Amino acid sequence: MNFPQIVQYCLSGITVGSIYAIVAVGFNIIYNTTGIINFAQGEFLIVGAMTAISLCRIVPLPVAIVLAVLVTTALGGLVEIVFIRRVSNASVLRLIVITIGISIIIREAMLHIWDEKVRSLPYFTGTAVSSVTVLGAYISPQVLWVLGVSSIIVTGLTLFFRFTLTGRAMRACADDRMAARLCGINDRWMVTLSFMLSAAIGALAGCVISPVTQTQYDMGAPLAIKGFTVAILGGLGNSMASVAAGLFLGLMEAFMMSQFEVAYKEAISIVILLLILMFRPSGIFTRREVSDLRTL
Amino acid sequence: MMKLKIYRPVIACVVLVVLLQVVLSVTGAIYYMTQVTMAAYYALVVIGLCLLMGYAGQISLGHAGFFAIGGYTSGALTTCNLFAYRDTSLVSWFRSAGLVLEWQDIYGADIVSFSPWVALVVALILTGLIAFLIGLPVIRLKGQYLAMATLGFGLIIYRVVLGVHVFGQADGISNVPPFRLMGGLEVNGRPHFRVQNYYIAWAVVIVAMVLAINLVNSRVGRALRSIHQSEEAAHSLGINTYRYKLATFVLSALFAAVGGVLLTHYNGSIGPSEVTVIKSIRYVTIVAVGGMANLWGVLLMGIILNFLSLRGVFGTYDDAVFGAILIAMMLFAPDGLLRMPQLRMLSSIVSRRSHG
Repeated sequence: MNFPQIVQYCLSGITVGSIYAIVAVGFNIIYNTTGIINFAQGEFLIVGAMTAISLCRIVPLPVAIVLAVLVTTALGGLVEIVFIRRVSNASVLRLIVITIGISIIIREAMLHIWDEKVRSLPYFTGTAVSSVTVLGAYISPQVLWVLGVSSIIVTGLTLFFRFTLTGRAMRACADDRMAARLCGINDRWMVTLSFMLSAAIGALAGCVISPVTQTQYDMGAPLAIKGFTVAILGGLGNSMASVAAGLFLGLMEAFMMSQFEVAYKEAISIVILLLILMFRPSGIFTRREVSDLRTL
Repeated sequence: MMKLKIYRPVIACVVLVVLLQVVLSVTGAIYYMTQVTMAAYYALVVIGLCLLMGYAGQISLGHAGFFAIGGYTSGALTTCNLFAYRDTSLVSWFRSAGLVLEWQDIYGADIVSFSPWVALVVALILTGLIAFLIGLPVIRLKGQYLAMATLGFGLIIYRVVLGVHVFGQADGISNVPPFRLMGGLEVNGRPHFRVQNYYIAWAVVIVAMVLAINLVNSRVGRALRSIHQSEEAAHSLGINTYRYKLATFVLSALFAAVGGVLLTHYNGSIGPSEVTVIKSIRYVTIVAVGGMANLWGVLLMGIILNFLSLRGVFGTYDDAVFGAILIAMMLFAPDGLLRMPQLRMLSSIVSRRSHG
């Protein structure tokens, strides 16, 4: 393997890795406010991308993406208000089984709305064949979009949680829901907001990767399981560590792909997931004792 | 006396099975029996899952994987042609030991393949081993971690099936020979064998039910229920919770594998659609509708829902229906349909039957 090849693999690893990181951040936002894993997180990405693909025939691409993000955000809020809120004091297992059911319903709905064809958004700049040369490796300009949007999402979220009143209120709910409620924070709306927020960033991520990876109605589950792997790797609830873990998994996958058959790509990340669950369920970046600390 | 009371529903079930056969034969709707037979094999999976979810309180989103390990192992072993190697010492030893069958396929080609009995044993050993190795670390996990890990396991099996040439990749395995049990009895999907197979399937289901009922009403069953209620409390009483959970996990995987092996021989084929995540979730749905810790309820729902689905009643909304049922159950009746206040009357009749 020569130097440009290594750069090539690195870049493709970082690209998919940053998408996994965004999915993981989506998991974390909901996990922090409710303590549950939202199995429908992967579906949010596909709903976002599919809506944008349909809309971009009528309106310009940026408008289509904004509308798609809004639609998915509304869907996320709706899911919480209709299903999750009703059973807010139920066991964790019951809640996750509900999110599993929701993921199936969304997926089947997408199958009936958009059929099973593989679609994709047009490239944001340039075309499928245009490329930029970086250190001897060729990359598509879309990759730069993916990286740019991911870093904007992560930075934006960090600023939101650190400096805005709403963001701080959400963190308060994550730390101690009862205490937050005593401070006058409407904890129910904070949970709704967390679903809307993670649906929104999911939809945005779905739109940016659509030109590169293409979009099909049943791609949500594999994305979700990889996002979950990343979330676990970084330690559930810890979004900054998720980014590092996402890049790690993406790079792993890219270099493994150069050695193994593509068919086993998913199996590789699931094996990593199982290994992590077995040996370091608190994540690789946390010490065992502090695994309960959830920071954003 | 206690023992006899437990078996009363078994007798009722046998009577119902015979009654259904008579009704179907008399009304000429005998073709329904094919779907009932298939539903019975699927019911084996949910009986096992009921032990794991309802009694031990552990979720598994990977049971279609165990079903597939059983079905695919048996399918691959009974269709691989050893004809070219029939004179090697190993294969001739297999032949003298009666481990292989020599038959001709529909095109008249000579085939030497492993006997279904060998395939069944290998499939069960393999499933047990895989379930044990996967369960060893995974069963320590709680709630959502266990759900994700078993989901991941199911996805791996799906990928393996799609990627490995021996398993037919996207086409699956077809032309699986019938499973000759003894005398004239064989697991065979041809119309001529319909009634016979209906009873074979139900015999297997009833044996499985008796096994499960005995387990649930034994010391092990009480230990499992105490784990379900509070793992910490059970542990403090000296119950080795980990071992019990692991054993139940392996046992329920074996139930699924038996269903997989027999259904593969009955259908004569198995394909990747049996291994999807949706299938695993469907089994979980059935256990939830049946009332989690209610073997008879789960069996009943397993037969009804699978029968309707196999008849194509839900059309293209098949998976969506199961998803909707799952959500509705978890929202409104997490303890199962029969525990809902509106249906309490019905429930009292059923519980009088099953608990004595």
